[in-house]
Amino acid sequence: MATKLPKVPVVIVGMGWVGGIIAAELTKAGISVVGLERGKSRDTQDYYHVHDELRYAARYDLMQDLSKETVSFRNTMKMRALPMRTYGSFLLGEGLGGAGVHWNGQYYRFLPYDFEIHSKTVERYGKSIIPENVTIRDWGITYEQLEPYFVKYEQMAGISGEKELPSNIGQMSTPFATAAMKKSPAMKLFEEASKKLGYSPYVIPSANLTEPYKNPDGIERAPCQYCGYCERFGCEYGAKADPVVTVLPVAKQSGKLDLRTHANVTRIIHDGKKATGVTYVHTPSGEEFTQPADVVIMAGYLFTNVRLLLLSKLGKPYDPQTDTGSVGRNYAYQINGASTSAFYEDREFNLAMGAGALGSSIDDFNGDNFDHNGLKFLHGANIRFTQTGLRPIQYQPVPAGTPKWGAEFKKATIHNANRVLSVTGQGASMPNRYHYLDLDPEYKDAFGQPLIRMTFDFEDYDRELVKFIAGKTKGIADEMKATKTEVHDSIKQYNIVPYQSTHNTGGTIMGSDPKTSVVNNYLQMWDADNVFICGASNFPHNSGYNPTATVGALAYRTAEGVQKFLEKGGSLV
Amino acid sequence: MANDKPNQPQDESRRRFLKYSGTALGGVVLGGVIGGLVGANVKQTDKDETAEPGKSGTAAENKDYNQALMFFSQDQFTTAEAAAERIFPADDSGPGAKELGVAFFMDHQMVSQYGYNARDYMLPPYYKAEETQGYQLIFKRNELILLGLEAMNQYSNTKYQKPFAEIAPEEQDAVLTAFEKNETGIKDFPATNFFAMFLNLTMEGAYADPLYGGNRNMAGWKMRNFPGNQMSYTDYIEKEEFVKLEPLSLHDHLELG
Ligand SMILES: Cc1cc2nc3c(=O)[nH]c(=O)nc-3n(C[C@H](O)[C@H](O)[C@H](O)COP(=O)(O)OP(=O)(O)OC[C@H]3O[C@@H](n4cnc5c(N)ncnc54)[C@H](O)[C@@H]3O)c2cc1C
Ligand code: SF4
Repeated sequence: MATKLPKVPVVIVGMGWVGGIIAAELTKAGISVVGLERGKSRDTQDYYHVHDELRYAARYDLMQDLSKETVSFRNTMKMRALPMRTYGSFLLGEGLGGAGVHWNGQYYRFLPYDFEIHSKTVERYGKSIIPENVTIRDWGITYEQLEPYFVKYEQMAGISGEKELPSNIGQMSTPFATAAMKKSPAMKLFEEASKKLGYSPYVIPSANLTEPYKNPDGIERAPCQYCGYCERFGCEYGAKADPVVTVLPVAKQSGKLDLRTHANVTRIIHDGKKATGVTYVHTPSGEEFTQPADVVIMAGYLFTNVRLLLLSKLGKPYDPQTDTGSVGRNYAYQINGASTSAFYEDREFNLAMGAGALGSSIDDFNGDNFDHNGLKFLHGANIRFTQTGLRPIQYQPVPAGTPKWGAEFKKATIHNANRVLSVTGQGASMPNRYHYLDLDPEYKDAFGQPLIRMTFDFEDYDRELVKFIAGKTKGIADEMKATKTEVHDSIKQYNIVPYQSTHNTGGTIMGSDPKTSVVNNYLQMWDADNVFICGASNFPHNSGYNPTATVGALAYRTAEGVQKFLEKGGSLV
Repeated sequence: MANDKPNQPQDESRRRFLKYSGTALGGVVLGGVIGGLVGANVKQTDKDETAEPGKSGTAAENKDYNQALMFFSQDQFTTAEAAAERIFPADDSGPGAKELGVAFFMDHQMVSQYGYNARDYMLPPYYKAEETQGYQLIFKRNELILLGLEAMNQYSNTKYQKPFAEIAPEEQDAVLTAFEKNETGIKDFPATNFFAMFLNLTMEGAYADPLYGGNRNMAGWKMRNFPGNQMSYTDYIEKEEFVKLEPLSLHDHLELG
């Protein structure tokens, strides 16, 4: 029997960016919060010996322990889903700060087009341009409505960026908190080439701090050292904005946060109309607790958000056959694979040096910034050169046709270690009627509960996007004064083995129609008004960008919604 | 309350870290630790510790007691070393897998959580997978590697009447290629899986921090001009020219008591 704990105003499931931001905002407003995190506690000191590629990048030290829970996967409904037994395609966060500890910090607000993708697409091209089975929809919120929340995140995290941004992306009411990242010679080559072609390059806005910064909550942090161990690593300087060095200290200092680590939430308890709390297992003791609360906030990343709704039988499960229901709908990802490598025989670059968010990019072929008439895909990609710090185990650059091992391979990797620059596209992923999340009928987690099952594949329109964007990356690379360039312009099936991106989206999407969306634009659940669900699981599609700027803005919006709800109750829209 | 802020130095360990990090953190006053500690030089590599065996000092002093086996038998070790050397051979650019200690790295890894698949999902049932679904075998990595090394010797004995470590380099390459392409004819053995894992382990052994037993004397890093574990590149990141730095390892960042 679970031990019943005293009731609290708010319980949050998951303490990453979303949980941390909401905890900070609510506790600052004097509201008591219980934060449940299934991983361990962490702080900056854990990273003094973090420059270890094997342990952190190759063995995934900071990521979710898959022996306890993973995701099962199949490409199509005809296949049997099998568990992702070891890491590959994406890396799940676990522990205080979640994936916010080991992210890169590339910070992109989604485009105004993204939030109204359906109406803007139909307005410009008519309905017929939307490929069959593509289920794009408006988000139920506009860029203008979300703008103040982006600002909050930027000021909190100390986001750096240029003063003037290209006119083809969302405009900002308040400039970035800190100056843009430094420009490496390779970034300059990318920018010069892009300008020559008439594009509008800009330095990637970054959560790697560029100068000493004190945020509105009084948190002071030191600047980034371009140390090259950022993606998959924690930052020993606290320079990378991470929940543990930004929002969580604020929540803790308020005295209103009751943070419980090793607390694995297994159910949302509800009566069909309202939630009454959650059940969790304290993993070191195996003891089960129920935590009653007035408001339940789901902040456990999309796989947990969707899975716990389904396991708790809250909301209507999505059924692709009948195209009804909402929980699990519109799973989307990131369409990578378009790129061009530029090889330099005459010079070497300092590619071991870099930072998670160091780079420059263009949006001339992102969103609807270009004419899609005659093209067989929607949206596009942010095209970029990034210098995140290349490490020798996982980076073996060779020209096409080089053997995969042996003398010739060794020679080529050593020769090219510091001679290749890659221009890559980060493509948008359109939702599809047959791409979705549900419970696996066969595989279970360590507690005997069904795993979440993903059904996802690349479609013809994705392959078209990659081909088109690859051509643009080649155009730029060809102007970058390289000895030769090599284009990569095709993707086949989605394969869960190679790492691609931890930008999984959808499953508890937002919208204005309770039939096809799970939450309204305050991220409040249609079917239970005291449940708020927040994260990239709210995205009805994924843009040609990294997600966390938009996730962060939605988290601030959620915090505001929860406060309104605690004051007034009922549906907020 | 200042000590409640986890991002500020609150104890000796933070102070020491900043000292060894050798970085200039701008004008930030980090919990009262200014100037002096921040910006001190990075601890210099101790020459004796990285000296090659036999080059200086007595043989006993230079013995690397870490070069012993935790997992492999002598034969398995010899086979693994010979195979790794063909994958990553010594040449004009520098040492190969053997000199880098790659087979010791593999041996040590096989008894780590990685060798036991401790953080992988290993629950049943097991089905034949599509290529897009990844590794789906009940076998652990440290079982697979033993089976693989044995299969290499079996194949080599049949074809060349000698174990793998004793055949000519070109013959060794032919054996490895047969495994890579799953053309060994050995029944019920996932040769391609084994080869992919072995290849991966070889690269890791060449380039992981020397603390793991490979990348001996950071020679793997030196070949690629990889600076290893430095604390800051702020002063170099904008430089047009290529900057060569003596690499540092995690050992250089540990304060020994
Ligand atoms: C290598 C890498 C690089 C990235 N780089 C970028 C980038 O440059 N730019 C960008 O925008 N984004 C990037 N991302 C994505 C970014 O990290 C995520 O968007 C963001 O951290 C998500 O925050 P979240 O709070 O929604 O989820 P998470 O950070 O995943 O937090 C969820 C938390 O919930 C906990 N939890 C889950 N289930 C339960 C349960 N049942 N009970 C209790 N607790 C639970 C987890 O342990 C975890 O701590 C990157 C991700 C990775 C992995
Ligand atoms: S690159 Fe910068 S932000 Fe990233 S871990 Fe290193 S110092 Fe921290």
